[in-house]
Amino acid sequence: MPEETISKDNPLTDTGAGAPGRQMNMIEAINDALDIMMARDPDIVILGEDVGYFGGVFRATAGLQKKFGRNRVFDAPINECGIIGAAVGMAAYGLRPVPEIQFADYIYPGLDQLVSEAARMRYRSAGEFTSPITIRSPFGGGIFGGQTHSQSPEAMFTHVAGLKTIIPATPHDAKGLLIAAIEDNDPVMFFEPKRIYNGPFGGDYDKPSRTWKGHPGGEVPEGYYKIPLGKARIVREGEALTVLCYGTMVHVAEAVLADKGVDAEIIDLRSLVPLDIETVEKSVQKTGKCLVIHEATRTSGFGAELVTLVQERCFYHLEAPVERVTGFDTPYPHSLEWAYFPGPVRIGEAVDRLMKD
Amino acid sequence: MAEGPVEKGIARGNLPPLELYVPEPKYRPGDVVDYSHLPVPPAGLLARPDETCPASETWPLTLDMVRVLDDDDHAVGAWNPGLDPETLRRMLRTMALTRAFDDRLYRSQRQGKTSFYMKCTGEEAISVACAMALAGDDMVFPSYRQQGILISRGYPLVDMVNQIYSNRADPLKGRQLPIMYSAKDYGFFSISGNLATQFPQAVGWAMASAIKGDTRIATAFIGEGSSAEGDFHAAMTFAAVYNAPVVLHVVNNQWAISSFSGFAGAERTTFAARATGYGIAGLRVDGNDALAVYAAMEWAANRARANQGPTLIEHFTYRAEGHSTSDDPSAYRSAQEREEWPLGDPIMRLKKHLIALGEWSEEQQEAMDRELVEQVKVATKEAEKNGILGHGMHHPFHTMFEDVFEELPWHLEEQAAQAMRERGIKWPEWKERDDA
Repeated sequence: MPEETISKDNPLTDTGAGAPGRQMNMIEAINDALDIMMARDPDIVILGEDVGYFGGVFRATAGLQKKFGRNRVFDAPINECGIIGAAVGMAAYGLRPVPEIQFADYIYPGLDQLVSEAARMRYRSAGEFTSPITIRSPFGGGIFGGQTHSQSPEAMFTHVAGLKTIIPATPHDAKGLLIAAIEDNDPVMFFEPKRIYNGPFGGDYDKPSRTWKGHPGGEVPEGYYKIPLGKARIVREGEALTVLCYGTMVHVAEAVLADKGVDAEIIDLRSLVPLDIETVEKSVQKTGKCLVIHEATRTSGFGAELVTLVQERCFYHLEAPVERVTGFDTPYPHSLEWAYFPGPVRIGEAVDRLMKD
Repeated sequence: MAEGPVEKGIARGNLPPLELYVPEPKYRPGDVVDYSHLPVPPAGLLARPDETCPASETWPLTLDMVRVLDDDDHAVGAWNPGLDPETLRRMLRTMALTRAFDDRLYRSQRQGKTSFYMKCTGEEAISVACAMALAGDDMVFPSYRQQGILISRGYPLVDMVNQIYSNRADPLKGRQLPIMYSAKDYGFFSISGNLATQFPQAVGWAMASAIKGDTRIATAFIGEGSSAEGDFHAAMTFAAVYNAPVVLHVVNNQWAISSFSGFAGAERTTFAARATGYGIAGLRVDGNDALAVYAAMEWAANRARANQGPTLIEHFTYRAEGHSTSDDPSAYRSAQEREEWPLGDPIMRLKKHLIALGEWSEEQQEAMDRELVEQVKVATKEAEKNGILGHGMHHPFHTMFEDVFEELPWHLEEQAAQAMRERGIKWPEWKERDDA
């Protein structure tokens, strides 16, 4: 297995091995990762709704069927149970499937195959059978997708023993993490924040949208590299406050804290399970304050886990109650999407509360 | 018997290696389309079994195609429902209104007045003729392409547009993606963006009607693509086991976004033939022939109401437009398919039939079309007074937190207060309108 190529000291810009970077959006980076891995490993197959000739509704698999053939990249019937169940069977044979679920909101018919089967296969067969499956799925809101194209269900999966849950926040990370996920020998949920497929989003829906051009995370090294699962990225070092976030919310947090001029340490978790607890602990022990942000609904969200871990491990370092900013406990509404979204105002209020002393 | 673990990959003489079969549609962009391989049987040939017949008598019909309108625009054969000209004109008008509505609201989406739209172009006969063959109080569990049923049942166009614009008069309070209507008073179940979920629900509604000794039946629609979902098979099993008074429709419009019907099993047999395996009645219908659709729906509804149980109906049709405003079909199928589709256009066919009867004319059609365009325009203008998406004229903020539960628990009240406070911070001048 090749060495990890991302140094821990400067995980964002040090792309390792002096590989030249290329400007990509997140879709292109994902496509590039799939392309590279398909070429390296003949056991990798891609299946999902519309992923073949069409290349996926978000174009993440564009060109792959043409290049690798219909034997390795193929459309699937509209049946998520079948997609994931077949992936479990292919993995039992020895393949390494990378199924796509078109929207995270559509994954529920496949839950039994995922939760009762893929996640426990290694355990129940004492390692005889494994499920080295990476399930890619766009998730999150901010595109007026209504309640069935906007959900952030990651916490459901982090709650399942045996599943890893990965969420990239930049094209650079999307590629490196996806390669690591595919090489991982356990089932990995790979949730892609679709709001930032084409560019980072600072949370102001009434400002013009940006592309990845000029963003350091949009510089994607050529060729193979991977970012180990379970390693967070320190987006910005700081002393005043630790911000724990992932996906789209990384960019919203960055924009809000820059705007407020707070010397925050922003941590992009990248991997929820396994979690980089060491980086979290070190940071909170340094700053004494912690803000957790996610777009998903609040109750029993992954934020609850993070807050608990922080108080268990950093209680005597804390100078203020840990704050949690999330989506509301409603389905994702269509017209009031931006009232639901945990945007700059909600985050700003929490930062003010934390920084008031 | 072999002893010990199995040996893998043993040589089997000169047997060829196994091969994976992956379906591929006949035509891709730029291809010349030739549908001569599609069997289109002549209209009027099939027998119409009695509505109380054993299910097995219908099974030959699942492999054939019920057609009423012939090539000379006459209604022929045992399945001709024998509708009077007034009813036929109403059917034509409702189909044309559905198309006019689609055309205008599609343009509204392109003009940025809403986020999303889905047309049913080419499939108007299925919704409208089914709605007309049902009783007004029968319950419909639609997919997202049955706007013709709502229109047929007289649901106000302006409220459809209000929903599409997610504005302050939206009956669904701006919560749902455009066209995901819900209209209980019109016997029209809340549409889900998740596929096929309505199929077992329709069976459950029908079982409830039977439990209560009611006379109403249920009906549900899905596309051929989503018939691959487990929900379809759950529905079929329950319908069969409980002999439920339900009519289950598969609208086979050939395409599920970019996946052709082969990815739902169409290369092996018809969708109607799935009825056989479950032991229930099945019919396969020319979905672009409004009279055949009406006749099949009427037959199945009568059967269900007579306690003779469920029917599966496949409507063979063509999705003439993209899946939705988010889709570009020119990327995956030949544009010529629509022109070459051998079953024609349902509105044109019904129009020609009425003209052949001497009950209609091209001039009347043109006048009607102008009138319908105006009717839709009036409705959209009226709806626009209530706002378009993203321009601030939406339901009050508190409504976002209502209906999660019957009553708001403390945490949702707190979150509602939070949302209002955020609004005040972002827009200090803003005041919630109380006339919404």
